[in-house]
Amino acid sequence: MATFSDTGLLLLITLIKIAVVVSVMLTSIAYLTWLERKVVARIQSRWGPCRVGLYGLLQPLADGIKFILKEDIVPVEADAFLYWFAPFVGFILAFLSIAVIPFGESISIHGHTISFQITDLNVGLLFIFAVTSLGVYSIALAGWSSNSKYPLLGGLRSSAQMISYELSLGLAVVGVVMITGTLSLRGIVDSQAGFWHIRGLNTFIPHWNIFVQPLGFLVYFTAAIAETNRVPFDLPEGETELVGGFHTEYSSMKFAMFFMAEYANMITVSCLATILFFGGWHGPTFGPYLLRALLPSFWFCLKLFCFLFFYIWMRGTLPRFRYDQLMAFGWKFLFPAGILNVLATSLVVAWTSSS
Amino acid sequence: MLILFYVCAVLAVLAALSVVAQRTPIYSALSLIVVLCALAVVYLLLDAEFIAVIQVIVYAGAIMVLFVYVIMLLNAGREEPSQRSRMARWLGAPLLAAFLVEILIAVWNQFPAGNSRPAGVLNAGPAAIGHLLFRNYVLPFEATSILILVAIMGAVVLAKREF
Repeated sequence: MATFSDTGLLLLITLIKIAVVVSVMLTSIAYLTWLERKVVARIQSRWGPCRVGLYGLLQPLADGIKFILKEDIVPVEADAFLYWFAPFVGFILAFLSIAVIPFGESISIHGHTISFQITDLNVGLLFIFAVTSLGVYSIALAGWSSNSKYPLLGGLRSSAQMISYELSLGLAVVGVVMITGTLSLRGIVDSQAGFWHIRGLNTFIPHWNIFVQPLGFLVYFTAAIAETNRVPFDLPEGETELVGGFHTEYSSMKFAMFFMAEYANMITVSCLATILFFGGWHGPTFGPYLLRALLPSFWFCLKLFCFLFFYIWMRGTLPRFRYDQLMAFGWKFLFPAGILNVLATSLVVAWTSSS
Repeated sequence: MLILFYVCAVLAVLAALSVVAQRTPIYSALSLIVVLCALAVVYLLLDAEFIAVIQVIVYAGAIMVLFVYVIMLLNAGREEPSQRSRMARWLGAPLLAAFLVEILIAVWNQFPAGNSRPAGVLNAGPAAIGHLLFRNYVLPFEATSILILVAIMGAVVLAKREF
């Protein structure tokens, strides 16, 4: 039995971890919006935010104050409870999935092992899928409860889109699960340590899943972009055709909550891509103990940043899909590709484990 | 743990009552989602993480989304209580009571007092379920999958005939 002091210490550490992760997330979201505006501006030969602070670095703060001070408008015909509930649930769910993401290797201080992860579920991967699959309600209910035409269309589109692409998303990771044989995110990262050995020869190519699951990764990342409603799959918002889609009627902090949930989801799926296909926190570690302890988290953040940059880069590059093209692409290309990947992987796994 | 169980159990029962009592279809659907999520937490308390997560993914995340989607598509509004069936009003409550008593007796026979299983002995990890599903019950499993495939094809054929 754990003594009270142990339980208390564990609780304290967990609370501190939650506080750190949430504050880091909120800051990252704020500066992700800044980064996005800066990079997209660069792509389009503009300046982007440059007035508030050096290089516009205080712009997210100014935006935050603006959102808080703005009037919160609720349409007369809206369903008051669900109108309030939708952004709230989206925000909560977006932050819930961060709980199982491992950000770095465990370190031990005075005999206590502290892992860079709030909790390690043995079905962590499925937990993230469960939480993201509930996220669709936020958008669908926002569209419905506004009681207005464009939001309703946006909500309908997003429900259909998210159901369709969730299948491909789930199929894409089956390959990784089959190779690593675990659903725990920590276990998946641990299995990617070291280098590939071909015929007993060390190749110095890192032992990442991307090298054996390239198709799985492509399907995963494409479906993930669709799941997070980003360009070129941002049909639910589609400002040129639906004004603003599901959040047309929202203002003030409620709108900001949708915004923050969207960016939090971007960060989550990028974390997952890093963990599943790019070896998580694995990378060269060297130097004194402190550096050795912090470098894994640095590699993790670097990989994460590359994915987020890719997201923004695509937004500046690609036009939006047409709706029927989106559905045809999801069902007739991405879904079969996912099944093919599962089939091929299972054949190889069966082959290698039997011989 | 016990407190969490009681909170979730009460929440599940209240939400289940709300599914029936709500007049607006979308609130009924949402109440059903609350029931499913509360049950998922109960599974979690029984150390069946896999079942809990699958419950949320399949029922709350996939099937109920379709329900909500259809309700939104039809834009179903408030429903008026119908006054047609007089039999339902008089027979409903006694039949419900009989049904509840029946279930109570069945549960009582299955788990006599003092013989309840302690939480945590249930081996319900993904590997254990996979072994059961693909070794002991592989025939029913495959039969079900073929049944679902036939149902999907039937739905496609029926939908195509409209054009």
